[in-house]
Amino acid sequence: MLRVSLREISAALKEGRVSPTELCQRCLSFIKATKFLNAYITVAEETALKQAEESEERYRRGQILGDLDGIPVAVKDNFSTAGIETTCASNMLKGYIPPYNATVVKKLLDQGAVLLGKTNLDEFAMGSGSTDGIFGPVRNPWSYSRQYREKSVHNSHTENEDSNWLVTGGSSGGSAAAVSSFTCFAALGSDTGGSTRNPAAHCGVVGLKPTYGLISRHGLIPLVNSMDVPGILTRCVDDAAIVLGVLAGHDPKDSTTVQDPFKPFELTNFIDASKLCIGIPKEYHAPGLSSETLALWSKAADLFENAGAKVIEVSLPHTRYSIICYHVLCTAEVASNMARFDGLEYGHRSSMDKSTEVMYAATRREGFNDVVRGRILSGNYFLLKQNYETYFIKAQKVRRLIANDFVNVFRSGIDVLLTPTTLSDTIPYVEFIKEDNRTRSAQDDIFTQAANMAGLPAITVPTALSEKGLPIGLQFIGRAFQEQQLLTVAKWFEKQVKFPMIQLQGLMDHSHTVCQHQKSAFFS
Amino acid sequence: MRKCRGGRMWSLRFGRYLRGARSGGASYWGGLFPGRRFTQAASGGNAAGDPRRRGRVYQNPTWQHVEQRPLPEKKVTVEVLDHLERLALVDFRNWEGVQRLEKAIQFADQLHAVNTEGVEPMDSVLEDRCLYLREDNITEGNCTEELLQNARETVEEYFVAPPGNIPLPKLEERDTFLQVSE
Repeated sequence: MLRVSLREISAALKEGRVSPTELCQRCLSFIKATKFLNAYITVAEETALKQAEESEERYRRGQILGDLDGIPVAVKDNFSTAGIETTCASNMLKGYIPPYNATVVKKLLDQGAVLLGKTNLDEFAMGSGSTDGIFGPVRNPWSYSRQYREKSVHNSHTENEDSNWLVTGGSSGGSAAAVSSFTCFAALGSDTGGSTRNPAAHCGVVGLKPTYGLISRHGLIPLVNSMDVPGILTRCVDDAAIVLGVLAGHDPKDSTTVQDPFKPFELTNFIDASKLCIGIPKEYHAPGLSSETLALWSKAADLFENAGAKVIEVSLPHTRYSIICYHVLCTAEVASNMARFDGLEYGHRSSMDKSTEVMYAATRREGFNDVVRGRILSGNYFLLKQNYETYFIKAQKVRRLIANDFVNVFRSGIDVLLTPTTLSDTIPYVEFIKEDNRTRSAQDDIFTQAANMAGLPAITVPTALSEKGLPIGLQFIGRAFQEQQLLTVAKWFEKQVKFPMIQLQGLMDHSHTVCQHQKSAFFS
Repeated sequence: MRKCRGGRMWSLRFGRYLRGARSGGASYWGGLFPGRRFTQAASGGNAAGDPRRRGRVYQNPTWQHVEQRPLPEKKVTVEVLDHLERLALVDFRNWEGVQRLEKAIQFADQLHAVNTEGVEPMDSVLEDRCLYLREDNITEGNCTEELLQNARETVEEYFVAPPGNIPLPKLEERDTFLQVSE
């Protein structure tokens, strides 16, 4: 039952084949069964059950709030949730309970969604592996899949199964793992440099980054104000469209949301591919791209061409500089945004109180980990008077060049760009930690952060399994505010590739035994 | 999007893809990649018949990482590090922290290779629009208790701060790794 899509479970709820409380309980027990994945930081069991009961009451009275009524969802732990601890996986905010809901969380709850809990992430969403939070790293559910296990048996006999687990990618790794392991039907992530699309590609789920300014950032603890967007993780493109329809729109509390009215849309099943123009940016064949991903990318281009679409090679000449530009702008904005954590009004506070400066310094020394401190210091360096022009302003100029690259490409008639999402499939944790956070981010975000720099919508669709049995995703980048076109193309592509479902048989059986007393007919 | 008129025709065209599929749950893409096909081809040739390209995707990387030049000696002095620690109010903690900064600067130095003559800096992608400004009316408030709840030290309705206007101790008097490194 948990394996179906959001649309299907919504239909099941409406037809009464399953009740919201039962669904919620199944998800909660499955979360307990998959605790070793470490996808959740906080599981809001009581509030979730209460919300499920209220939803059940609404279904009984026939007064449901919408398609998301009664659907269990998870939210990344850098979104503020009233009454539920929000930590950003950091000591600085451990024990912090926000007094308000983020706008996106409020929109989900207003539609009747059941909030199961807050998911794990890299500390303050800085990283590309979901390994640097204080609650520990997140494990990729595919490490325990039959597809991966079967292939890895041939490779290694002596290695201990449990120590060779794979990373989820980051920084929304917890959300991706939660959706991929069937503990919820949709999850919210945040996307600053690819933080939604990277783990989505590694965990074999759909990750959507909407246009900057479409979805409100009020309540999202900010990392880079000019590039952050809330991201949506679901198991299929249709579900992403449903969630987008709920979340998008102007918010008076976030003045960077555009005021254009947003109309939720339904995706069609067929496209007239002969009217479509797909762009293949040649600079996206970056050094380090694995041959499997390259082959899949080629096959996808051929797929569109055979369907009648025009597939054209395009050039985004400043691609190789985008990761460097992102590095400078990100650290500079981080240095500014992290200045709010001084221990006075919320969060951790040090006991050293000789003066405010000493207290702030001690609080921040105790509250932040190496990665965060490193970025703050780098950012401050780039913002020093003597460096402002040469680094920060220069990076802003390069950002305009990158954004203009995209504008030129789309102006020449391209509808959607097709690129890889990551360099290769995911790797074991023991391999991942051999390089430091900054190097890994520079490697892993290479295809994803250009869309953040230009503010364009992008979606990653799981395409196929690699030789090792692990998911590889391909990314589509669309025109600004043209999510409908982007998602339509992505949905068509998804239907063509028929990505296999993850087989976590052992875990599903375990959960079955735990819930033996439940007597739902839908239970199978 | 209009409905595709040739719906059935597509499935015939894709037949040749489906025929190569393995059974048993593996993706049908799996059986179609004999890795040997995509070896390095000779360079040269025009765009259409370019043997480096299969379909529209280049088979080789189109650029390479540039080797990063080491930093000049005087770039990151102890004075600069001390200054940064004061500004940011976070500490480097150990040599790794300093090296992290040096690597970050090295990485960022590659930007200087880009020609940005006559280009305006970009603050935001929404620069062509006006920010929304709401009416200057009070719409919420009276939540003093909620706001005070998260603070560690409060007295009545005040947040309590230690004495201000006292600058951070100088490098020699501070308990910082930088002092040790001198």
